[in-house]
Amino acid sequence: MSIKIEKLSHIYAEGTAFEKKALDDVNLELPDGQFIGIIGHTGSGKSTLIQHLNGLLKGTSGTIYYNGEDIYQEGYDMRALRSNVGLVFQYPEHQLFEIDVFTDVCFGPKNQGLPQEEVEARAKEALAQVGISEEYYTKSPFELSGGQKRRVAIAGILAMHPKVLILDEPTAGLDPRGRDEILDQIAWLHETRKITVVLVSHSMEDVARYVERIIVMNKGKVLYDGAPRDVFQHYKELEKIGLAAPQVTYVVKALEAARWDIDTHATTVEEARDAILQALEKRI
Amino acid sequence: MIRDITLGQYYPADSVIHRLDPRVKLGGTILFIISLFLYRSFAVYAVAALFLAIVIRISKVPFKFMTRGLKSIMMLLMITVVFNLFLTPGTVVFQIWKLKITEEGIRQSLFMAIRLVFLILGSTIMTLTTTPNNLTDGIEKALRPLNKLHVPVHDVAMTMSIALRFIPILMEETDKIMKAQMARGADFDSGGLIQKAKSLVPLLVPLFISAFRRANDLAMAMEARGYRGGDGRTKMKPLIYKKRDYIAYGILFGYLGIVILTGVFVKI
Amino acid sequence: MGIIEAAKLVFEYKKYDDNGQVESTKRAVDGVDLNVQKGDFIAILGHNGSGKSTLAKHINAILVPTEGTIYVDGKDTKDEENLWDIRSTAGMVFQNPDNQIIGTVVEEDVGFGPENMGVPTEQIWERVEEGLRSVGMWEYRKSSPNKLSGGQKQRVAIAGVVAMHPKCIVLDEPTAMLDPTGRYEVIRAVRALNQVEDVTVILITHYMEEVIYADKVIVMDDGKVVMQGTPREIFSQVDTLKQYRLDVPQVTLLAHELRKAGLDLPEGILSRDELVEKLCQLKSKN
Repeated sequence: MSIKIEKLSHIYAEGTAFEKKALDDVNLELPDGQFIGIIGHTGSGKSTLIQHLNGLLKGTSGTIYYNGEDIYQEGYDMRALRSNVGLVFQYPEHQLFEIDVFTDVCFGPKNQGLPQEEVEARAKEALAQVGISEEYYTKSPFELSGGQKRRVAIAGILAMHPKVLILDEPTAGLDPRGRDEILDQIAWLHETRKITVVLVSHSMEDVARYVERIIVMNKGKVLYDGAPRDVFQHYKELEKIGLAAPQVTYVVKALEAARWDIDTHATTVEEARDAILQALEKRI
Repeated sequence: MIRDITLGQYYPADSVIHRLDPRVKLGGTILFIISLFLYRSFAVYAVAALFLAIVIRISKVPFKFMTRGLKSIMMLLMITVVFNLFLTPGTVVFQIWKLKITEEGIRQSLFMAIRLVFLILGSTIMTLTTTPNNLTDGIEKALRPLNKLHVPVHDVAMTMSIALRFIPILMEETDKIMKAQMARGADFDSGGLIQKAKSLVPLLVPLFISAFRRANDLAMAMEARGYRGGDGRTKMKPLIYKKRDYIAYGILFGYLGIVILTGVFVKI
Repeated sequence: MGIIEAAKLVFEYKKYDDNGQVESTKRAVDGVDLNVQKGDFIAILGHNGSGKSTLAKHINAILVPTEGTIYVDGKDTKDEENLWDIRSTAGMVFQNPDNQIIGTVVEEDVGFGPENMGVPTEQIWERVEEGLRSVGMWEYRKSSPNKLSGGQKQRVAIAGVVAMHPKCIVLDEPTAMLDPTGRYEVIRAVRALNQVEDVTVILITHYMEEVIYADKVIVMDDGKVVMQGTPREIFSQVDTLKQYRLDVPQVTLLAHELRKAGLDLPEGILSRDELVEKLCQLKSKN
């Protein structure tokens, strides 16, 4: 069970003055249950890539296999794919449209053709998962705060019971607590429901804290693919393409440069703290 | 598809056409359109085609841009051609079942097609070589006499210019919301007319809300930058006719003259 | 007298029911005193809904106080006559880059403010050049804003304000919708304005890393000013900040954690270099 991308390329506006190769021979496998981060500079192809995963965009060449089936084959059920691979766009609150929160979350499961009780049960469950309590069910989505709207929008996708959840910068524009809340909830969902999560983010710190695998995109190609501790070792190359390593990685690297005997693989505050403490003890 | 619409898309380049006063281009476009409707003559259209080709050439806008504007009217074009082809009475050239194609029909549909294509190309040239602000400045100044009749010329011009700037943004937004709703299982293609109309609600509601939010933001931003209507405003690019503008007017009237001469004397 | 002086500023949003009666009022700003000196770089922090944007809109007279007063460059914003003076004294940059660019060509957009002020044509061109150069966007003067990146659009918006020759610029979360490169570009442009041109800057943000260059940080919560001080003073209070739904830069957090683990480090370390230096000192002492 996985998503397998083979030799996928996508060219926008082929044959015109605006021709742009957004994806260039991408090969990837996203097995079930992973928590994956995709990072890349704006225009690196990461948003284009994720829109291929649920068939919203079709590759110019190459294929995608979902659970072994070619999604580009004749008669493939795209709507079923979109139920299985849930995609939360950037600023998802901009897609809310129903008169109240609850009805809006019901939109997805209703489109899946589920019976009414099941639709409502799923909406309730999804809203609970993102921490929206019942008192908000009858409110208009537009009365909520920014963070709440965002969570309602994510619930709208969760209610479809996706097996893979893709989020394009789910924390953009939120305050620090709002960012933490959303990411913690996603991490919790990943653990309890065992869903695959693909997180597109600009924040190296967030990616380092939550994901187990990072895919670095640059100019439509996969540049690095690996665990955060390994990928962020390439911080100099990452800087060249407009990215960086988490702040703490720079600290441990700087300490190493100051001739400390220290593990430089730290990517989170906790790891850096432990590495520094350990290095200091060695000396004592 | 959304990216194909060139209307309101300025193509930056450094050409004489770009530098012309917008009033000249506005007047020229109107004059060109009139020239298309003066005569039903292939010779006249040949003159118009030549004129258009030269203008496009001078403007340095790649021809590809022009034709992309045409794609959006393809449907209209086909319908016009088909109607004229079958519904014009006259000498029958060809008949399938009850459908008669007449000589007059062929002529008529060809004329219509040429007119429509030239009309679009002519106005596309204007929008591609004139920034919307410049264009609205031109309209504002050309219509200034109407101010005396209490027509809010400045406000109308400003509204148009803003609308033009937001067209591409709202197009992109439509595309995005559509995809987001498709990700939630929305279906915009199948079903009957009522079903289809209903399926637009999840698209239109967010789009309107977004448009209002943008309008609100923009109004605030304009106010913050001291905008208070047309009174007391100065112009960064005031419209003053230059030598090249007078020459352009000359050429335009020359073109009209040739069209009339061709129309009167060459019968094709 | 400071360039911005607010005393007991209160602003209430009123919500009306269907009959036009006031249904409820919300105090977005609640008794704020503010004193900003010319040339200061002030950062305002606060979670979403803390009232910081509402406060910012008072500086540009987009909103006027329900109670209390605010003077901008010695002028009362409540006085209608001062409105246009105030708007050219205190420029404003907003969050969404797409929703504040009016022109369809970069240079025309930058010229919009001076046009409104009735600046003579020749001077508009000078100001446009000066504005665009100050943010490093001069080469893009003929471009369409739609073709620019988010960071570039925001720099154009800043240039548009600079061209109005303001004494003060208020930036309301200018980087919230940008990627790290864009954020860096914008903050660099803002700092340059402050340091080179001596323009007073009021920066509202959620990103703690952007605050460390400020002369003074103001933290707002529930419409009130709850903390005030230098970045170092503010960021040494990690736990208090978390209460207000805020954060500290990651380096500061690391130093805080190390302190909790027993290392003898000062609170409020702001930069990587500083932390590395302190750690090395510590190591050599051992």
